[in-house]
Amino acid sequence: MSKPVVIVGASMGGLRAAEALRRFGYTGAITAIGDETWAPYNRPPLSKEVLAGETVSHETVAFPQRPATADVGWVLGHSVVSADLANNTVTIDDGEVFEYSHLIIATGLRPKKQVYPNNIHAGRHIIRTLDDAMGLRSALQPGKKVVVLGAGFIGCETAATARKLGCDVTVVAPGTVPMLRPLGEELASELQRRNEAQGVKFLMKRTVKDLVGEAHITAVALDDGTELECDVFIEAIGSHPNTEWLEGNDIDIVDGLLCDSTLRARKGTGDIWPNVWGVGDVVRFPNPLYDDVERRVEHWNIPSECAKYVGNAIATGDISATFRPVPSFWSDQFDVHILAYGLLTIADSNKLVEGSIDGDCVFEYYREGQLVGAAGIGLRSVVMGYRKIFEG
Amino acid sequence: MIKINVDMTKCQHYGMCVFEAPDVFKLNADDKLEYTATADDSERGNVEAAIDVCPMQAIFIVD
Repeated sequence: MSKPVVIVGASMGGLRAAEALRRFGYTGAITAIGDETWAPYNRPPLSKEVLAGETVSHETVAFPQRPATADVGWVLGHSVVSADLANNTVTIDDGEVFEYSHLIIATGLRPKKQVYPNNIHAGRHIIRTLDDAMGLRSALQPGKKVVVLGAGFIGCETAATARKLGCDVTVVAPGTVPMLRPLGEELASELQRRNEAQGVKFLMKRTVKDLVGEAHITAVALDDGTELECDVFIEAIGSHPNTEWLEGNDIDIVDGLLCDSTLRARKGTGDIWPNVWGVGDVVRFPNPLYDDVERRVEHWNIPSECAKYVGNAIATGDISATFRPVPSFWSDQFDVHILAYGLLTIADSNKLVEGSIDGDCVFEYYREGQLVGAAGIGLRSVVMGYRKIFEG
Repeated sequence: MIKINVDMTKCQHYGMCVFEAPDVFKLNADDKLEYTATADDSERGNVEAAIDVCPMQAIFIVD
């Protein structure tokens, strides 16, 4: 019997890869290994509507399982501890070894955490997994003092949700404006204003230098010498790619798994591993739509786009087209719904092209005069039009 | 025929489904989602693709 395709990572990227393998005609065995005990579920609602609900449950976020992937062998609740790419094997935490014909690496990210002098844990939260969200939801009771460290999208969304739940919420971040990268000064400042109008406080150009409390956090100590009362401390300061299990192989995992534009892992020599593929936000890949710089892209559509490409490549052997996805993201904060297409993070300028900043609006983003992205509040048809432009 | 249901309490009218199944989903003049409640079986693949890309996971095929 031929060896299975082994997918490491059983979240959206792993599920979509299994589905794509079947859709493009692969009929052999598929094994998907994931360290969470939950079947694949959708993460974005964990900082938004699911966190805002009465209870957080797997049912509300589980992806539907399709008949085509009913025979996938799910190995859940086990992490892969090592890989031997030269011998086509991976080993899980209980010592079991899995041989593969193709390996799909979809291990994603984990949130960064600070290490403080008073490094207490009670009252401290991150948000990535369903279990994280369940723990955080029970802590977000009305009147609780919540401090969110980090003013990116996840930080701001979580802050908005906590505020909606009746908490007293302060966002602390070292930058000048929340969500500055990727939105740019003008749109980001407007979002800060709208969040402040809903009662979220922002302490920008500040950071947390220590935690205060004995058994449980009671306050955070800021870098200006002041203390901020705190019952619930949420760290939303970015993520690490989960690649440690790949150490010892001839690959580049300096910042995520380096892949070429066919999503196959690169060797140090520049050659590729012909049967080792990357899927999702763990991957650093070049995107010929923009340039040859390899980047990790932490947007929700990237795992699915990667999975479609890899599933087709393995099932049909067709790698004639390079992988060139149009990144997209959305964000919900109170009644503000942002939608963006393109690679806004590489832009050096932007301008308002439609609507007005205090209402619905669309911004275009440029790098050296070239249009690279668009983002809008409302005005969906206008924003959607850019996707077609970027797809070329 | 397949039956399609969109949970309009979840839908935020992001319109990503429109790219995948344009004969089933569209945004109207007010940028609000409209969809056909039934579609030919041949649309199943497109509607499944729309389900996959929906940021709110608000689209369902009712079998």
